[in-house]
Amino acid sequence: MSRHAQTDVVIIGAGPIGLSAIFACGHLGMRCHVIEALSDVGGQCTALYPEKPIYDIPGFPAIAAGELIARLMAQAAPFAPTFHLGQQAVKLTRAGDILSVEMSSGSTIAARAVIIAAGGGAFGPNRPPLAGIERLEGTSVHYWVKDTAAFTGKRIVIAGGGDSAVDWAIALSEHAQSITLVHRRERFRCAPASLQKLDELTRRGLIALKVPYQLAALQAEAGKLEAIEIGHIDGQREWLEAEHLLAFYGIASDLGPLRDFGVGLSEEQILVDPATMETSERSVFAVGDISLYPSKQKLIVTGFAEAVTAARTVYERIFPDRPFHFQHSTDRGPPQLQPAQ
Amino acid sequence: MISLTVLDADGISHTVEAKPGLTVMEALRAAGLPLKAACGGSLACATCHVIIAEKDFVRVGPPSEDEEDMLDQGFDVNRTSRLACQIKVSSDIDGLSIRFPRQS
Ligand SMILES: Cc1cc2nc3c(=O)[nH]c(=O)nc-3n(C[C@H](O)[C@H](O)[C@H](O)COP(=O)(O)OP(=O)(O)OC[C@H]3O[C@@H](n4cnc5c(N)ncnc54)[C@H](O)[C@@H]3O)c2cc1C
Ligand code: FES
Repeated sequence: MSRHAQTDVVIIGAGPIGLSAIFACGHLGMRCHVIEALSDVGGQCTALYPEKPIYDIPGFPAIAAGELIARLMAQAAPFAPTFHLGQQAVKLTRAGDILSVEMSSGSTIAARAVIIAAGGGAFGPNRPPLAGIERLEGTSVHYWVKDTAAFTGKRIVIAGGGDSAVDWAIALSEHAQSITLVHRRERFRCAPASLQKLDELTRRGLIALKVPYQLAALQAEAGKLEAIEIGHIDGQREWLEAEHLLAFYGIASDLGPLRDFGVGLSEEQILVDPATMETSERSVFAVGDISLYPSKQKLIVTGFAEAVTAARTVYERIFPDRPFHFQHSTDRGPPQLQPAQ
Repeated sequence: MISLTVLDADGISHTVEAKPGLTVMEALRAAGLPLKAACGGSLACATCHVIIAEKDFVRVGPPSEDEEDMLDQGFDVNRTSRLACQIKVSSDIDGLSIRFPRQS
């Protein structure tokens, strides 16, 4: 079912720096496709701190992170970027001057340059470090609920202490054979109304609380979960029989497939030449938190400048026959999709 | 210099010389120890989680309420768990023993 698209530049990651790169490229007449693992744009600003004010963006004495992202989207809009949300960039291949980026859907996008603006890697569920968990994901181990019917009559263990864990324990208590809620401490971080409901359902025996306990191990047979070992914070362990585990530990980032893109890495960052932001692979650039060079600072303003620096060499790679003509935005006028002169 | 003893996830012990004024997270990373610290010390992840030796816990004290909330995203969390980016290196913690959480 794979489809192919073509563009000038593929941007991996729709955090603040990836979004700013749409403008930096558009300003020079280049079209972009943007791939983002989450279903929303904004990277850390949206996923981790949308309400927090940022104080170090020049020109904005204070701006909420979510508001900054809204403005970056508005600034990028005239360049008509194509977004691929909920898609991870999983593979990079090269045929002559053409780079192809494959997405988790199997579709590919061909371009003449790739800008990696992947922050700390793709955001996804924060997976408990339990042996064998990956093989059970989607069947017995879940990080979100798509279809409550799948849990009817089942024994379910829900782990975590926030709104998701508590709300799903409440919602599924009607359908499940049993619900055990496992959390590392007595206190839950959730809406007061949910806490009240949880108390009530616990008293009625519809939800069993295991606190302060944590997940310790999984036991599976033929690809199906059978039991979950939990450990008391002071060490004693016990097994709970269960068909499903729902784990709600927030989100985490992981470089994942980017490790195999062929670009030079140092730990979790991609090495670049700071004069061009190009990686060890020709026409593959890295900007924002993921890029590394001497004295690198992981800041939004630095990332913005890195994207502008990258766009210049991207232009030279895409239009090797056209001289790079420098123009201020005030000269070029209101942004619009236009071929560069 | 402040000296810290760190037991990594493989059970290997390291002695880290830490500069006062840094956080313990920064000092451990500067020493090349594998602490992800994904959010760069802004209390938005739990990837700088460390466990303080029981005998030393009084010297660092308990986590704040916000830190407790972030620790909910950690694994192998203990009664003496802390987020390393929330502990300042100072003479108060000279000789502190800490360990990394188990990976599995
Ligand atoms: C609580 C907090 C407060 C902060 N305060 C400030 C501040 O005051 N000032 C400041 O300058 N900075 C601050 N920062 C840091 C700032 O948010 C980061 O520097 C910035 O978000 C980096 O932007 P980025 O676009 O490089 O990466 P990110 O914002 O991390 O975005 C990267 C995006 O790429 C996606 N991605 C990664 N890999 C793939 C893949 N293979 N396929 C598809 N998508 C992928 C990820 O899902 C993610 O959405 C703060 C950070 C935190 C957590
Ligand atoms: S580095 Fe993220 S909370 Fe300490």
